[in-house]
Amino acid sequence: MAESILPAITVAPARQPAGTPPILIEAQNLSLFYGAAQALKNISLSIGEKVVTAFIGPSGCGKSTLLRCFNRMNDLIDNVRTQGTVKIAEQDINSPEIDVIELRKRVGMVFQKSNPFPKSIYENVAYGMRLQGVSKTSELNAAVEESLRQAALWDEVKDRLHTSGLGLSGGQQQRLCIARAIAIKPEIILMDEPASALDPIATTRVEELILDLKKDFTIVIVTHNMQQAARISDFTAFFYLGELIEYGATAKIFTNPAKKQTEDYVTGRFG
Amino acid sequence: MISTATATHAANLPRHGRRRFRAARIDWASLVGTGVTGFATLLIVTILAVILGNIVINGLPYVSWRFVSTGTATDMFDVNKAGILPMIFGTTARVILMTLFVLPMGVLTAIYLTEYARIHSPFTRIIRSAVNNLAGVPSIVFGLFGAGFFVRFIGHGMDSAFHSGGATVWGQPALLWASATLAVMTLPVVIIATEESLRAIPQGLREASLALGATKLETIIKIVLPQAVPGIMTGAILAISRAAGEVAPILFTGAAYYMRDLPKSLHDQFMDLGYHIFILSTQSPNVDKTRPLLYATVLVLLCLTFMLNIVAIFVRANMRKKMRMLH
Amino acid sequence: MGLRRGHRAKPIEWLAEKLIFVVSLSAILIVFLIFIFIGREALPVVFGQMNTALVQKTIPVDQMDKLSPAQFQDYLGLTKEQFASMDRDTLKTLMELKIESTKESSTDKDASVNTAQWRYLLSPHRWTGYDAPKYIWQPVSNIPKYNIIPLIIGSLKVTIVALIFAVPIALAAAIYVSQLARPRVREFAKPIIELLAGIPSVVLGFFALIVMATVLQHIFRTQSRLNALCAGIALGFSVIPVVFSIAEDALTSVPRSYVQAALALGASKWKAASQVVLPAAIPGVFAAVALGFGRAVGETMIVLMASGNASIVSWHFFDSTRTITATIAAELGEVVFGSAHYRVLFLIGVLLFAVTFLTNMTADIVMNRLKIRIEGKR
Repeated sequence: MAESILPAITVAPARQPAGTPPILIEAQNLSLFYGAAQALKNISLSIGEKVVTAFIGPSGCGKSTLLRCFNRMNDLIDNVRTQGTVKIAEQDINSPEIDVIELRKRVGMVFQKSNPFPKSIYENVAYGMRLQGVSKTSELNAAVEESLRQAALWDEVKDRLHTSGLGLSGGQQQRLCIARAIAIKPEIILMDEPASALDPIATTRVEELILDLKKDFTIVIVTHNMQQAARISDFTAFFYLGELIEYGATAKIFTNPAKKQTEDYVTGRFG
Repeated sequence: MISTATATHAANLPRHGRRRFRAARIDWASLVGTGVTGFATLLIVTILAVILGNIVINGLPYVSWRFVSTGTATDMFDVNKAGILPMIFGTTARVILMTLFVLPMGVLTAIYLTEYARIHSPFTRIIRSAVNNLAGVPSIVFGLFGAGFFVRFIGHGMDSAFHSGGATVWGQPALLWASATLAVMTLPVVIIATEESLRAIPQGLREASLALGATKLETIIKIVLPQAVPGIMTGAILAISRAAGEVAPILFTGAAYYMRDLPKSLHDQFMDLGYHIFILSTQSPNVDKTRPLLYATVLVLLCLTFMLNIVAIFVRANMRKKMRMLH
Repeated sequence: MGLRRGHRAKPIEWLAEKLIFVVSLSAILIVFLIFIFIGREALPVVFGQMNTALVQKTIPVDQMDKLSPAQFQDYLGLTKEQFASMDRDTLKTLMELKIESTKESSTDKDASVNTAQWRYLLSPHRWTGYDAPKYIWQPVSNIPKYNIIPLIIGSLKVTIVALIFAVPIALAAAIYVSQLARPRVREFAKPIIELLAGIPSVVLGFFALIVMATVLQHIFRTQSRLNALCAGIALGFSVIPVVFSIAEDALTSVPRSYVQAALALGASKWKAASQVVLPAAIPGVFAAVALGFGRAVGETMIVLMASGNASIVSWHFFDSTRTITATIAAELGEVVFGSAHYRVLFLIGVLLFAVTFLTNMTADIVMNRLKIRIEGKR
């Protein structure tokens, strides 16, 4: 289904932390306007392949908006204007030649509020593959099982694959959404505060899952929970009021940030 | 230290003594207000009960299986011999035909308004306006429209095109035209009910589908529409219930006072329950003799529309329950 | 990553979207068509092109040969087929007959009046046999009279009765159900009242005709059993659910926070409802009444069956009366296509449509402003 990722390209902009993986997503001077209000101000950042990158910052600072630029979900909103470029694997995803449908098959998304379809668990996971024309039962069965295993949900639902997805608990529903997203083997998974609506136990399981998934997928996660970012991410970007304040290895951001604003935020002085 | 102003103010508040939260005097305004409005509600319910009760009491004894399953062979005004099967058939036929016309138009329009239209575009506002206006057009105006447009314009046109010998086949009141007129009349009902059910579907479902690489059309067909089916059904049932009872639009577009046989084709006229009630009420030679017959016919029509309404209410309530699970 | 592909990759998508758009224009199209097709039948009267005078300028028989076939048809009132089937002698006889009948009817001074002119449609006229100028609607008679004022008055009378009866009751019930009643009662009452909306108007007309008329006559000892009061009250039955639903919706959509603020200050539910909620919902209430008016003025079957159908000018509510809707319903079935009567019926249909259209637009605009106000505040 998915093609292999192009080989790494060495770039050395100021934003690139040392000892880094190859760059997969690159934003250059990206600005976004909702009508007259500017939500993103001149963001430039490079996200590495097969690592977990966290976007942190207080509410309304643009983290989710930036995330949604990567799979062009902002296209669905009226009155949105962007400037600058977003490149995934060196291709400008906003250029008219790009088929946004294909883009979304390669860049998956998990939402803050879990949104399983009112279908069976099996059909939820199989949805994406059916879209792409896969109809052989054996193929679908295999893919559904693999995705559910990867999402650490298989053991809990293997006996009730054909019951409604809505009958699961909150945490299980979110893992179902993750399974659904990874079933079509995207290269990138974007997660918009995936655990914010879950209880602590469910949150832990989702976090363990993310650490597991990064072997195969590039993950970008938006979170307002700093401890979570510190626990699971390799790189962290701190945003404030639409600007990228600092970006670097998670360890450095949380223990020895370069900017005072970052330090104030991570130590809880505001936010 | 409390300032003097506060102290004085505190001194001026009514002292309540030991029972601190008891009212000082009776609040007449509230009592009267609540009483009057409650009485009004009760009054409406009573009116409904009186009307229904009157009809049921006077009509039930005369409704029999024979009554609803045979046609009127001889005397239409004779209680013991009359049958209303042709009227039931006519009403049912025109309502089914109407549904075939109005469902596709209404559902597609609602889909456009909720899924495709830009919220602030002038086009959207005009369409909405037109739908709201259609909802308020008097039924007799629809009758005029049906006569002027469907019967005379399209019907005559069809006759000139297909029957150039001068025969009037389509250019006269017919089942087809009555159904088309009713479809136009109930279009807003279907649109509004379908829109309501489409809007109730949380946006998250659509986003999830699009994020997986589905196109808008695929999302609508695979995710949105299946969820909207109960709402569409509600709309259809409400439209049917409304159309079954309407007489004004079919006065000049197809209803007939008496027909020997059941309508056999779309260009035949038909007998109708509501129209029959109207004729019996206003043109029967002996009102007292016809009274039981009238009541029985009214009861049958009422049963029909009420059953449909109740089914619609159930479907709608069920749908709302299911929707809440999604949120 | 191999993302290259044409943007409009699937023509089916594009086609489907266009198709859906076109179908959704049907609502607008229909409104236009209604205007056009009803208007077009009424247009000749509007422009004064119909001439109903009995005495028309006659053409002497010896001028026969100067007339073209079209003029013959027009003068003698023949269709193409009838004209084609007649020979010269028949035509000559017809012309002579016309001159004869014209001489006969010219004794009546009204015979030469074109009664389809606007001034006879609207102003009173002293017709032969009457001793004062009157507004008369009497299309089926030697001299057809098309004054529409009695019909307008009739419609207004029953509408006024209906609104006076229905609006206070419906509004009061809306306030009760939406603000004062316990939730259990609300769940019950709302669907029951909406059930009233499910009664077909022909059934309400039947009820008024058979039951209410007798009762009212006993109570008020009126002369006519079927009159404006009887029809008006029955009309009110059908208006109540309309006003109730919309007003109840408007009251319920006033944000709960207003009510809770008032209650927290010690107001009773009634005070909160009447002093806080009702004023906030005034636009919605106004729209409800407007739509109730539209419904009342446009209702046909009830008035057709219960108002007595006497087209007279009288403001007495106990008199039999006739409305615009009942007139159209009762008379359209019997008119000759294309005649002045036919066209005047369409004319009052246009009038009715225009009135309800304007009422609806007003209600629409008011509701929109209300929505903007509520959303703006949020």
